[in-house]
Amino acid sequence: MYRIAKDSINLLFAKIAEENALYLPVDNEKGSSEYKKWEDGTVMSEKLNTVRSPKDFFFPQVENLMEFKTEGKNIQLIDIREDSEDFVVFGVRACDVKSFEVLDNVFLNEPVDTYYKNRREHGVIIALACTRPAETCFCGTFGIDAASPAGDISAWMTDDTLYLEPNTEKGEKIIALLGDLVTECGAEAVEAQQESTRRIMKKLPLADLTTDAFGGDKTEEFFNAPEWATLSESCLGCGTCTFVCPTCQCYDIKDFNTGKGVIRYRCWDSCMYSEFTRMAHGNNRLSQLERFRQRFMHKLVYYPANNDGMFSCVGCGRCLAKCPISMNIVKVMKTLGGKNNG
Amino acid sequence: MQKITRDVLVEKAASLLENGTVDRVLGWKKGEFDYDLTPAVFTSADDLKDLVWNDFCGANFSKYLIANTKKSASKVLVFLKPCDTYSFNQLLTEHRFDREKVYAIGIPCEGMADISKIKAVTGDGISSIECGEKINVTTIYSDDTVSFDLSDVMAERCVNCKSKKHVAYDELIGEEGDVIESGRFDEVERIENMTADERYAFWQNELSRCIRCNACRDVCPACTCEKCVFDNPNHSLENKAPATSFEEKMFHIIRAFHVAGRCTDCGECSRVCPQNIPLHLLNRKFIKDMNTHYGEYQAGAEVGSRAPLVNYTTEDVEPGDVFEGRE
Repeated sequence: MYRIAKDSINLLFAKIAEENALYLPVDNEKGSSEYKKWEDGTVMSEKLNTVRSPKDFFFPQVENLMEFKTEGKNIQLIDIREDSEDFVVFGVRACDVKSFEVLDNVFLNEPVDTYYKNRREHGVIIALACTRPAETCFCGTFGIDAASPAGDISAWMTDDTLYLEPNTEKGEKIIALLGDLVTECGAEAVEAQQESTRRIMKKLPLADLTTDAFGGDKTEEFFNAPEWATLSESCLGCGTCTFVCPTCQCYDIKDFNTGKGVIRYRCWDSCMYSEFTRMAHGNNRLSQLERFRQRFMHKLVYYPANNDGMFSCVGCGRCLAKCPISMNIVKVMKTLGGKNNG
Repeated sequence: MQKITRDVLVEKAASLLENGTVDRVLGWKKGEFDYDLTPAVFTSADDLKDLVWNDFCGANFSKYLIANTKKSASKVLVFLKPCDTYSFNQLLTEHRFDREKVYAIGIPCEGMADISKIKAVTGDGISSIECGEKINVTTIYSDDTVSFDLSDVMAERCVNCKSKKHVAYDELIGEEGDVIESGRFDEVERIENMTADERYAFWQNELSRCIRCNACRDVCPACTCEKCVFDNPNHSLENKAPATSFEEKMFHIIRAFHVAGRCTDCGECSRVCPQNIPLHLLNRKFIKDMNTHYGEYQAGAEVGSRAPLVNYTTEDVEPGDVFEGRE
């Protein structure tokens, strides 16, 4: 384990930024936090987490895939893929680090998504342990320890010190880059903080929420549950939950006609939208009940069925905070999995 | 605090369900944390145990009447705050639901709290909120209770409340209020006084945070098209994402134009925006301009009125004069 005085954190940022684009959470004038590129003078946010998740770093909301140029009857395909910049994301919370694992299962399994893989290979994650979780937090439900985040480097911030523990080769490289800025140290202060955070986690209102009732073999049990009707009754069909969610990974591919050719791009899509996965025969989910059910069945049943039981929710709580009607996965889990979540 | 209690609403709803006047009740349902209420449909007296009326009942039910009147075999009971009644009338003006299938109860409102204003003081980790004379908040981080006056943590739209008067109801509970003077155009004026470059920068900055979740559109009682042009894959305007900074602005500006003269200024768009974009200011600018050029007009103040932009009188200001600043 390594340490650096909190006073000197700007030196650390500057050093990292010498060789990488560095991104970190910064407060905006609305009092919420968002990832911004570091430059001299940038102040890191003290907020628990960003409104937008860090999935944009690997899976941006809009991304050009390829271009076509047309001339007469000829069409030319232009591969616009380029090597991503080397970048470091500092301050990612344990829940969001876990979300990258969820996305990796989707994008890095065959057929590998080269656009995602390119960014993933060039990105380094410095994860920051939580000390003041919110009432909306329930990462523990998914086996995540907010006090011990994964990532290429795990970091802990105390009142006066930043502690760093490299976990991967990429992490080691960053530590080597930091050189004399950091000094080796023991883990006592970190352990004390972890113990305190874990005590707080137990006091959170959602601490007892469990996934016991859910899993890959539950399709038949839940698909026709009458509760979906009441749960989805007032859903607006907007995409807020999907777009603030760190694990939602659905996208649409569209062509933009430039007049001289075509730019083929992809953009986030939402299973809550009426046109989602519309096919030649029409749309396969015609009611909001079906769309709503799809989102939660995907997170709690279908994804685990295809990924060794892993759920595709990490308990970050963004949808709890942001849904316009305050309907969310916790209310769904408590309603459907009532016996275990009483 | 609110002047009427939850129990009054529950009793009313239960008796109307019981005597068969209504078969559905639209109300606010309790959540996980005392502040995260969900708009819900209650169909039995037993359901009503979860109905809540407190300082967090911001959701406007008017738009829900479009779907719910179609599902009801008798009538739908809806509780309407004063501002909600303007949306109610506007929807009726546009023939969006059958008035005969609604039993509307007007309820007085003292303004609603904005949880983000509370959290700005208490921080995260809220363990309980009690709404009474004061709003008492506890967190898992402290043994102390933090007390707020509703006025200290009121949502912006309520601070600038335009009316305590219900413009539509079948029955009114509590006292009727008045249309009130508000400072709701102050912020619009501030933006009008900017230079063109400053104004452009202001909106560019605000709208750059948009994630195109469409929550503003989907909650808006004026946005009731069966199929929004932005969702239509056969239309060139269809777009699911703000591909460019131009598109970020285009969606919101087109929407503001589309609801101009029909927007009642209920403020739901800004309430639900996950990125806290002050979208209501676009609508208020249109309202203010219409007031200036065509005389005072409040959408939804009555059923059947013709909005200035879809009406013609010989006194109408010439567009060229407006553009040139001649009046």
